[in-house]
Amino acid sequence: MCALVEVRGLTKVFNGVAAVDNISFDLYEGEILGLIGPNGAGKTTTLQMLLDLTTPTSGEVRIFGKAIAEDRAAILKAVNFSSSYISLPHSLTVRENLSIFARLYGVAKRAGRIRELALSFEIEDILDVPVRRLSSGQITRVCLAKALLNDPLVLFLDEPTASLDPDIADKTRRLLQNIKAERGLAILYTSHNMKEMEEFSDRVVFMDMGRIIAEGRPDGIKERFGGASLEEVFLKIARGQAR
Amino acid sequence: MNLWRVFAYATRHLYLYKRSLPRLMEVFYWPLLDLLLWGFVTVYLGRLQTPVPGFVTFFIGALILWDMLFRSQQGISVSFLEDVWSRNLLNIFVSPMTQAEYIASLLVISVVKLILTSTVMITLAFVLYSYNVFHMGLSLIPLIANLIVMGWSIGIITTALILRFGQEAEVLAWGVALLFQPVSAVFYPVSVLPPPLRAVARFTPSAHVFEGMRSVIASGVFPTGEALWAAGLNAAYLSLAIAFFSWNFRVVKKKGLLVKIGE
Ligand SMILES: Nc1ncnc2c1ncn2[C@@H]1O[C@H](COP(=O)(O)OP(=O)(O)OP(=O)(O)O)[C@@H](O)[C@H]1O
Ligand SMILES: [Mg+2]
Repeated sequence: MCALVEVRGLTKVFNGVAAVDNISFDLYEGEILGLIGPNGAGKTTTLQMLLDLTTPTSGEVRIFGKAIAEDRAAILKAVNFSSSYISLPHSLTVRENLSIFARLYGVAKRAGRIRELALSFEIEDILDVPVRRLSSGQITRVCLAKALLNDPLVLFLDEPTASLDPDIADKTRRLLQNIKAERGLAILYTSHNMKEMEEFSDRVVFMDMGRIIAEGRPDGIKERFGGASLEEVFLKIARGQAR
Repeated sequence: MNLWRVFAYATRHLYLYKRSLPRLMEVFYWPLLDLLLWGFVTVYLGRLQTPVPGFVTFFIGALILWDMLFRSQQGISVSFLEDVWSRNLLNIFVSPMTQAEYIASLLVISVVKLILTSTVMITLAFVLYSYNVFHMGLSLIPLIANLIVMGWSIGIITTALILRFGQEAEVLAWGVALLFQPVSAVFYPVSVLPPPLRAVARFTPSAHVFEGMRSVIASGVFPTGEALWAAGLNAAYLSLAIAFFSWNFRVVKKKGLLVKIGE
């Protein structure tokens, strides 16, 4: 197994307080890594630093063995991101939006790729609808389609399933799992849905107050903290009964 | 710089105009309003026996040229705001598109928007007041180019400030260009200004452009000196604006504000 993303001693201090405090972990090829933790634990800040949207106070991030500053274009071409707090230009239709991002990523055979993804995310019938008329779950699906346009090797997702109905959320997870199985896609994602974390993640990193307090396979974590489910473990840790 | 990405992203704004009636209205509404209001004022003042010869020509010409500077600036800052409003900035900055390419695409779109509004304005001026801006001939090209570049500098600085201070700074997108109007000597010669402002005007590219415009209209002589002054100032200001933007971008990334903008 090869580490596509290596994080070493990553730290972010905001106004004297460490939002992310000296964390290290790897994300391997063909792995789904779940990042969990209470509100304010530092998950979003971590993802932002991996994507070079926020500059770390100290520490190092390497993607495909390189720091983003070394070869930004090459790295970002093979990476993508989606989250519940982004959207797409509202006046443009779904197809127009996807086609613009396909161009930015230099995707060949754009129309075919968009059709393929539309089918996967069940958005064929809204391809020609302006984004402003979509429901939030539909927008989430369109953003996920955007995130897969470039056939990324690494996908960062911040609460990707937050506004999806159980049916679509389930289909989305399956879809991502298939892509992972087919071509070794690595996913780092956050979620507050512990059941999803348990079923979907190969490995979990548990953050609290900027630090990693547990890391491993969901089963292993449950065992270590003596919980029947990840949710139980989460509650124990969040309420300070586990330290 | 990957030009393919620059133009790909500029098309996003063209789609917007195809789709958004209010945005398209903007192209026609403001120029029409400006021309009607100031045009009639001009016509009226022209009827009084003003001692200024060619008063109407000065005034409407100035109106059209000022609008170009304004549009050039708006083309940048409003297009950027559209990405803020639609929570699209992160999509851009996690894509292979670089900061420089993003700015370049804003410049492209600003020129496209400007061509659109100026065509409307020039046509309206001709229809309403039989005013032909092209009587200034080829002199127009360096004058307009200088106004566009000055608009870019203001637009880029405004954009940097919005990036930094968020929605509270949005009003700047509409107001900052107007700040330069008094010292730009759009409707009157620089000599009208009190000495301190005259000194400021010397360092304002648009003031040289409008002095130049009056010289072309009055005597037909191309104001080489003014045009060169304006170009030199513009080169300096545009470099400063770009440097300010990228310094500011680094600060915003350090403060973790990129993800917060628009909230
Ligand atoms: N730009 C910023 N400036 C100052 N403090 C910040 C900034 N961004 C985040 N923080 C702080 O850093 C901490 C971690 O925030 P972060 O958004 O990473 O948490 P999170 O784990 O994603 O939480 P949630 O589950 O609520 O999404 C919080 O205390 C937050 O207030
Ligand atoms: Mg978060």
